[in-house]
Amino acid sequence: MEYFLQQLINGLTLGAIYGLIAIGYTMVYGIIGMINFAHGDIYMIGAFMAIIWFLVTGLLGITWVPLAILVMLVLSMIFTATYGWTIERFAYKPLRGSQRLAALISAIGMSIFLENYVQLLQGARVKPLQPMVQGGIAVMERADGFVVNLSYLQIIIMALTLALMLGFSQLISRTELGRRQRACEQDQTMAALLGVDVDRTISITFVIGAALAAVAGVMVTLYYGVIDFYIGFLAGLKAFTAAVLGGIGSITGAMVGGLLIGLIEAYWSAYFSVEYKDVAAFSILVLVLIFRPYGILGKPEIEKV
Amino acid sequence: MLEVEGVHTYYGAIEALKGVDIEVREGEIVTLIGANGAGKSTLLMTICGSPRARRGQIRLRGKDITQAPMHEIVRQGVAQSPEGRRIFPRMTVLENLQMGAMTAHPDNFERNLGRAFELFPRLKERQHQRGGTLSGGEQQMLAIARALMSEPRLLLLDEPSLGLAPMVVKQIFQVIEQINREEKVTVFLVEQNAFHALRLADRGYVMVNGRIAMQGTGRELLADEEVRTAYLEGGH
Repeated sequence: MEYFLQQLINGLTLGAIYGLIAIGYTMVYGIIGMINFAHGDIYMIGAFMAIIWFLVTGLLGITWVPLAILVMLVLSMIFTATYGWTIERFAYKPLRGSQRLAALISAIGMSIFLENYVQLLQGARVKPLQPMVQGGIAVMERADGFVVNLSYLQIIIMALTLALMLGFSQLISRTELGRRQRACEQDQTMAALLGVDVDRTISITFVIGAALAAVAGVMVTLYYGVIDFYIGFLAGLKAFTAAVLGGIGSITGAMVGGLLIGLIEAYWSAYFSVEYKDVAAFSILVLVLIFRPYGILGKPEIEKV
Repeated sequence: MLEVEGVHTYYGAIEALKGVDIEVREGEIVTLIGANGAGKSTLLMTICGSPRARRGQIRLRGKDITQAPMHEIVRQGVAQSPEGRRIFPRMTVLENLQMGAMTAHPDNFERNLGRAFELFPRLKERQHQRGGTLSGGEQQMLAIARALMSEPRLLLLDEPSLGLAPMVVKQIFQVIEQINREEKVTVFLVEQNAFHALRLADRGYVMVNGRIAMQGTGRELLADEEVRTAYLEGGH
């Protein structure tokens, strides 16, 4: 029971990170019908930003941890979002209106480019980050001394993710910007007829997706303490799986899918084998694609006209 | 208000408009009638910039808008209720109307919304319902109301009567007349329902195969033998 609870905490933490990345996939898919395979690498860029800005906060003499983390987060989001914008501008926008496959191939190319770009600039070795937030709460203790631990960092990750999710869903459902995005998602020509600058709305979507991925990148760097140029590949695939599981195009679905993938991984590692945790996650993708291709919260593409 | 001059539009290699000239003057209701596939909807969409005219010029109050970005054209005071209505199906009626109001001044929103609900009381009852769940007639009302939310000076309507019950058609035509008379909105109306359209319109054009085949006042065209046989026989 205690072990189960510990894995629940670990799984939710991991799932929150997957969920944040998955939103980027699902939003971009919703608006231009393309799987942005470079999105995982955007998250990797976010993780490297975390280390870079961590060093800068050190140089600036910011030692108060909450402030340092806040500075890391905000700057990483801004810079990673710039990457998101640039990639859309140069790798996808020129291909708009051509076949879907063209943009997809461009995305895969962009992914390979980003990995090599970071490898060249930062080196191939793993980058460590010393733990910034230590300690936690002992939730319960078993007779044999096993302690269920909820670390402060896990609390920060879950709370931050929850806050971002709530803020983000309000943005989509209540604001003018959100309406513009949904309009572009449903009918771009009509949106343009009503005065929506479709290109700009698409750019903003990439910027928001990249900023959320940056948060995931910063969190993962703090959580695991090591990163390298290749982390985006697997995390990207997992988050993509999460987006498909939740129902691609659905933002709530991305979050739910992320949490589920996190939990599946945590429990599989705990009760079966750590080595095969990725197999478990991707088997889910296969099963979903076979039995419920529109995902848990997605809708089959039927509209009354 | 609107001048279309020698406009050619293509879909790939197919020439859909083969040199169209049309003029709509301030305050008028002008109708364009013609058979299915004549190019009527293409003309309305070309005015709004999608697809683009490959040759010719489109001027709005003297200003060339042939190559203006689509989202800028609506800011010049042109709104369209397009073919197939194109309601956002997963947005509520109210959100659809908010989308229509994007280019209008936010201070006028409440007033314009009140006006839209006054013209189409059904929309008020259904304001929190999703666009995709409305009936065809209600969707048409919403499409027109949404176009009006931008406070247009020129309203482009594409077959507002298509597929609607005669009662609803009558109501929609009444509203078009009302908008034109009371709000001084110039109307360019594309219709297959030639009888209603020509009775309402100051002037009309007949389009055949991507070209303007005939023009005249509504009354003249209604009386014309050719128009009668081609577009009015059997109807009403």
